[in-house]
Amino acid sequence: MVVDFTVGQADVDRVFHALADATRRDILTRVIGEEQSVSALARRYAMSLPAVQKHVGVLESAGLVQKLRRGREARVSAELERIRLVRELLDRYEQLWRHRVVAMDHLLTDRPAK
Amino acid sequence: MPVLDVTKNLDALTLTVTAEFAADPERVWRLYEDPRRLERWWGPPGYPATFLRHELRPGGGSHYFMRGPEGDEHHGVWSVVDVDAPRAFTVDDAFADAAGTPNTALPTMRLAITLTAGGAGTVLTSVSTFASAEALQQTLDMGIEEGLRGAMAQIDGILAEESA
Repeated sequence: MVVDFTVGQADVDRVFHALADATRRDILTRVIGEEQSVSALARRYAMSLPAVQKHVGVLESAGLVQKLRRGREARVSAELERIRLVRELLDRYEQLWRHRVVAMDHLLTDRPAK
Repeated sequence: MPVLDVTKNLDALTLTVTAEFAADPERVWRLYEDPRRLERWWGPPGYPATFLRHELRPGGGSHYFMRGPEGDEHHGVWSVVDVDAPRAFTVDDAFADAAGTPNTALPTMRLAITLTAGGAGTVLTSVSTFASAEALQQTLDMGIEEGLRGAMAQIDGILAEESA
């Protein structure tokens, strides 16, 4: 299956909003390691099952996790490609700064071109 | 390599770059203060920057544009938040039109630069804070990726000019 990585700005904002919460980051970290059931996740937090379901819903609408039904259980798994995409956004900005620092260094040192 | 460290914080939407230069802080400061020097390294490769106005002083500001390979111009303005020459400054970087009027509909990015004497000469700390993921995306959409392929060529160009 071909995965389309093109994301609009609304998508990007949903991703960052989803990551701006400590519980959601913790849920994401757990499901990256291993697929989890919603009820197993809920047992780990001092909050109600509906509250945890809501957090999972925010992660799901940002495309960071996928919810699957296995029999009676709702399972949550990580969407690794989307998580990589977020990293990539900041990686590209890092590359810009690496370029700038090299250009500054060359201006300062008058290093001969090789 | 002069880049010592890059730290990305996905939650706070910040990117912190620490670099060390074999020059004193005054010389590094001039790379920011002098618009002719600044425009030689600010734009991504393939998107050279031109500073039409540049006043790195309290209450000052800048208007610059970057010209892309298709002749497309991307204007931006800096609004100086504070300056402590030659040690530190903070500016808000906003998208603008060709007249240098900030586009208030789009979010700004805050850039905080600190220069400290130490290491080989000067340690630069640059903290970029994006108001939103949208601001980050827009910065990146300015053709950085394809531009990076020409990075080495651009650096060679600067060097050839410097030694001429």
